[in-house]
Amino acid sequence: MPLIDPNVVDLSRLQFALTALYHFLFVPLTLGLTIMLAAMETVYVVTGKQIYKDMTHFWGKLFGINFAIGVATGLTMEFEFGTNWSMYSHFVGDVFGTPLAIEGLMAFFMESTLVGLMFFGWDRLSKPAHLAVTYLVALGSNLSALWILVANGFMQDPQGASFDPNTMRMQFNDFTALVFSADAQAKFVHTSIAGFVAGAMFVMGISAYYILKGRNREFAARSFRMASVFGLVSTLAVVTLGDALGRLDYLSQPTKIAAIEGLWHTSAPPYAPWLIAALPNDATQSNSFEFGVPYVLTPLVAHSFTTPIPGLIDIEQASVPRVDNGIKAIAALQEYGATHSAESLATFTKYESDMGYGFLAQRYAPEQDVNLITPALLPSIEQQAVRDSIPNVFVTFWSFRVMMALGFFFIAIFAFSAYYSLKNQLEKHPLLLKLCMWSIPLPVLATEFGWVTAEAGRQPWTVFGWLPTFQSASSHNIGYMFFSLAGFALLYSAFIAAELYLMFKFARLGPDQHDAAVHHTPADKSISAPIFAKPGFANKSWE
Amino acid sequence: MEIYIALKVLWAVLLGVLLTGLAVMVGMDMGVGVLLRLVGKTDGERRTMLNIIGPHWDGNQVWFILGGGAIFAAFPTLYATSFSVFYVVMILLLFSMIIRPVAFEYRSKVDAKKWRDTWDWAFLVSGALPMIVYGAAFGNVLEGVGFHFSWTGQYYQDESFLSYLLNPFAVMCGVMSLSLAVYQGGAMLMLRGEEPIYSRARTYARLGAIVAAVIFAVGGVWISHMNGYVFTAPVDPGMAATPLGGPAVAAKIGAWHNNFHAYPVLWLAPAIGFIGMIFGALALQLHMKIVGWWLGVLSWIGTISTVGISMFPFLMPSSTTPAESLTVWNSTGSAYNLGWMTFFAVVFVPAILSYTSWCYYVMRGKVKVETVVNDPHSY
Repeated sequence: MPLIDPNVVDLSRLQFALTALYHFLFVPLTLGLTIMLAAMETVYVVTGKQIYKDMTHFWGKLFGINFAIGVATGLTMEFEFGTNWSMYSHFVGDVFGTPLAIEGLMAFFMESTLVGLMFFGWDRLSKPAHLAVTYLVALGSNLSALWILVANGFMQDPQGASFDPNTMRMQFNDFTALVFSADAQAKFVHTSIAGFVAGAMFVMGISAYYILKGRNREFAARSFRMASVFGLVSTLAVVTLGDALGRLDYLSQPTKIAAIEGLWHTSAPPYAPWLIAALPNDATQSNSFEFGVPYVLTPLVAHSFTTPIPGLIDIEQASVPRVDNGIKAIAALQEYGATHSAESLATFTKYESDMGYGFLAQRYAPEQDVNLITPALLPSIEQQAVRDSIPNVFVTFWSFRVMMALGFFFIAIFAFSAYYSLKNQLEKHPLLLKLCMWSIPLPVLATEFGWVTAEAGRQPWTVFGWLPTFQSASSHNIGYMFFSLAGFALLYSAFIAAELYLMFKFARLGPDQHDAAVHHTPADKSISAPIFAKPGFANKSWE
Repeated sequence: MEIYIALKVLWAVLLGVLLTGLAVMVGMDMGVGVLLRLVGKTDGERRTMLNIIGPHWDGNQVWFILGGGAIFAAFPTLYATSFSVFYVVMILLLFSMIIRPVAFEYRSKVDAKKWRDTWDWAFLVSGALPMIVYGAAFGNVLEGVGFHFSWTGQYYQDESFLSYLLNPFAVMCGVMSLSLAVYQGGAMLMLRGEEPIYSRARTYARLGAIVAAVIFAVGGVWISHMNGYVFTAPVDPGMAATPLGGPAVAAKIGAWHNNFHAYPVLWLAPAIGFIGMIFGALALQLHMKIVGWWLGVLSWIGTISTVGISMFPFLMPSSTTPAESLTVWNSTGSAYNLGWMTFFAVVFVPAILSYTSWCYYVMRGKVKVETVVNDPHSY
């Protein structure tokens, strides 16, 4: 079995990472804004105040610009498993494809079909009917996140399926185990609420701009207040769930948690320091520099004072027997494929749980055939395989720290913002308002680093413990990869430019300009002039 | 075992339903995209055309996403192999599908001729290309594709994409699919558009239906002279789903007509296709717009079921290693998985059909140029 060109694997990974990270520039905002739109429209329907309808319209327009690219780039994700990860798709499609299909059936269809009515149905639907549509769009986008993260949860901690040697793939056998996998559920809540934070920061930041400019005062003040409170509550929830996820990783992916903490050697409780900063060196398997707070690591990760946390070098050496068993499993599986003998099946079943480590060793076997591994070759193959069994520590360590630092920054900024907003003192704190404005992209950035922590930390596996990444890719010609990468780079750069241009344009125009052409019903004459005055700002530059 | 076979057949049928739903709904939007510059002469007319499908394109596009997800889950090996084997065209298809939503959202938000012209061309290319690729993929599959598997189930490709993509039969299938899209899109423009959009759309829609009918007839004859695939050893439909170690398969001229010869009642499928296309052209001629639109749906049903029936149980034959051809029997998910998928399909497909119909009902009626141009919410 020829090894897939490692360059093709790397380029496939690069393409997947770029397209996933790009897709996720838009998703958090969709998740958060739909919820906020539903809240704004609810207030409108209950109180009948026009300003809340204007808020729903205006933020809805910005949501629409964002939603379009979110849908478009989501399509890439759904197809890329097949186009670039054929072995992966074959290996887990029976269990991984199912949540993706359910996502389409249950959530994405509803969200995308009804979003048309949400934008175009204002004059054709009664108030409650339109509100129901907005709620269903919000429900749909968050249910989408649920099913996608159930699928992702399977990659992190495969539950609900077992390997079938007759079909050479993981077969689905327990629906509830798949859906209620602790990893999937914790990550769903963590990720979708991170989206709420992004939505809140977006609304708060743009409102801060209007307040600074002295424009659209009432509109901006109400939007700001709603966003700051919503953002504060959401951020606290994200941090709590993040801690829960760390705890789950400690139980199911010890390599990831050790990489996150830059832990090469098993920790000595209770003194073990939690590293604030370090320079992990993956080549020498040590930290060139580290700075930490003693006594924090053990309770933080293990929620105890006495449990040692396994370090990467110790995990590697403990995996050597798993590599030996894995080699036996792969050899038996290959024989079973050819002969279907009961004997080979029995051997495979015995070593099945270490099969993934056999794949890691197969890479270094002569002609990628584990049957050709001689006792003389074994020790070096064992060492190469276990060295491959841990993730890149530098990337995992730092992406986690950036995400976490941003999370604590959000708590502070939302807390101050909510406080001054509730006391009606925002105008006295222009620095805070400017900071809010400049913080708009930060929650999205934090989710991107969160993705890197979770997925880089999962390496070298696509399905943790079962299928290595280098074996998951499609066996493409490298030219194909250059073609697709160049195309994605070109298109996606053009889109981000267009998106930013339009976002800035409509954010600057503001709600009054945007609504200038909308005919208000007579009852809406109550809209007070000061809110919608101040024309002529459109030429001013963004600051 | 019998239940597993029944589930396999059920999902083969549902695959056909999905591919048809996708062709009708996405094809309609693509058709409008292709006709944008041909039917719409002024910016107002073009915007009106976009707003006719404006409230629906997003939902329609999900047929595509659902198609991807459902094939992934119900036919994992088919998904893994076909998407990779057709890499270059799949990527082109993806690019088109990515450009379209952005084009909808952005085109009318900036009032500059150059900006809008650029997006109009984007609509044309991103509408025509996917439909050609969609049809050509059917053509390629009918002809057989060169691939084989390693013992782990990893596919390996045996021929370059140029040799299978650029052949006359596949291109012809691509043109047929584009023609049906133009027919469906044109019929929609007639339903919701006023003069002059109405008359121009009518011309192109009729042309689309007639071209499709001619190609459908030519294709039927052509197929009887080209290789089909047959099992040459007994096959167990309840077999474990793996393309490895299956019964022998051979390529045989005219074999794609075998199922029709065995069960003559199946000739109904191509007949339905012809009825859809020919009577569709006639209905549009007689200004029966709604009937015309539905006959477009019938055309797709007839065409796709004809392809499905002629190949059954093959899904993607391998021209280089026929015994590793992907069939309904060897490339589905497990019985457990298909069971859950069936449950979710039974619950949610009716829901999808009802809220989609409701959306069309709410947004019914003619779209006027003046309304579109004066409405800040329109595309």
